[in-house]
Amino acid sequence: MSGQQQSLDDLQHIKRMMERSSRFISLSGLSGIAAGTCALIGAIVAYPYVYGHKDIFVDAAAGNELARTGHFSVILYTWLFWIAAFTFAAAVISAFIFTYIRSKKQHIPLWGTTARRLMINVAIPLIVGGLFLIKLIQANDIGLIAPACLIFYGLALVNASKYSLNELRYLGYGQLILAVINLKFMVYGFYFWAIGFGVLHIVYGAVMWTRYEKE
Amino acid sequence: MINPIENLNKLFDSRIRLGIMSALMVNADVSFNDLKELLTITDGNLASHLKALEENGIIKVQKGFIGRKTNTTYLATKTGEKAFRAHIEALEKMIRSTK
Repeated sequence: MSGQQQSLDDLQHIKRMMERSSRFISLSGLSGIAAGTCALIGAIVAYPYVYGHKDIFVDAAAGNELARTGHFSVILYTWLFWIAAFTFAAAVISAFIFTYIRSKKQHIPLWGTTARRLMINVAIPLIVGGLFLIKLIQANDIGLIAPACLIFYGLALVNASKYSLNELRYLGYGQLILAVINLKFMVYGFYFWAIGFGVLHIVYGAVMWTRYEKE
Repeated sequence: MINPIENLNKLFDSRIRLGIMSALMVNADVSFNDLKELLTITDGNLASHLKALEENGIIKVQKGFIGRKTNTTYLATKTGEKAFRAHIEALEKMIRSTK
C-alpha cells in the first residue's frame, strides 16, 4: 500500500472513530418511515373524532358527567387520548425495532454512552413540551396543540442532531417551519400535525435509508 | 524539501492508538469499557496501548467510582492533543504532497 493510501485510510479511520465515540449513529432511516406511517394511520383514525363526526367520549355518559365538573381526568374518557397514546407507543416501538436491527448490523451496542447522551438531550425539550401541552389542554387552547407539538419536537430534533446524525437537524427545521406556518392558519392544526409527524418523518427516513443503508 | 513522514508520530503508528486518540479528542473523557467496545479488542491489548500512551504523557488516567464499582476513565493531555493534531496535519500533508 502506498504511503498516500495509508494516510488516507488513517484519516478515514480517525473520522469514523471520532463519530462513533461521540454520536449515536445507529438510527435507521426505516425507523423514520415506520414512525411516520404510525403517525399517518393515527391521524386517519383520529380524523372523525377531531372533526366531530363521531362522539369523542369512549363512555358518553361518564364523559359528559365529568366534562360538567371540568375535571382534567375527563381526557382519559376520550377516544382521542387513547388514539394518541397508542399512536405514540406504536411509533416508538417500531422506530426502536429498526434502529436495533441496524445497530446489530453495525456491531455497535445499542445502549451505551452515546445513546444515553442522546436520550437525555431529546428528553429535556420533550418533557417540558409535554407539561406545556397538558396546560394547553387544561386551558382549552386546542388550536395551539399542533403547533406546540411541532415546536417542541422540532427543537428536540435540532438538539438531538449534535448527539446523533447531523441530518436530524433538517428534520427539526422542517417541523419548526411547519409550526410557524401553522400559527398563521390555526384551524388547520390537525393537517400540519399529520404533515410534520407523518410525511416529514417518512421523507426523512426514505432519504436517510437510500443515502446510508440501501445495499 | 521537507519529508512529511518525519512529522508522523511513531506513537500513533497503530490503528488502535489512532482510535483511542480519536475518541479522546471529541469527548471530555472516555471509560475503559467504552474504549473496549469502540475498538472491539481485549482488555490486555487495550491496557498495553493505554499504558504506552500514558507513559509518553499523551493521555491521563482518572480513577473514580460509580457506586461501588471502580470506573477508570481516560483523557487526552494538552501535549497529547497537540501531538495528535500535528499527526493529523502530517497525514493530510502526505496526501497532498503526492497529488
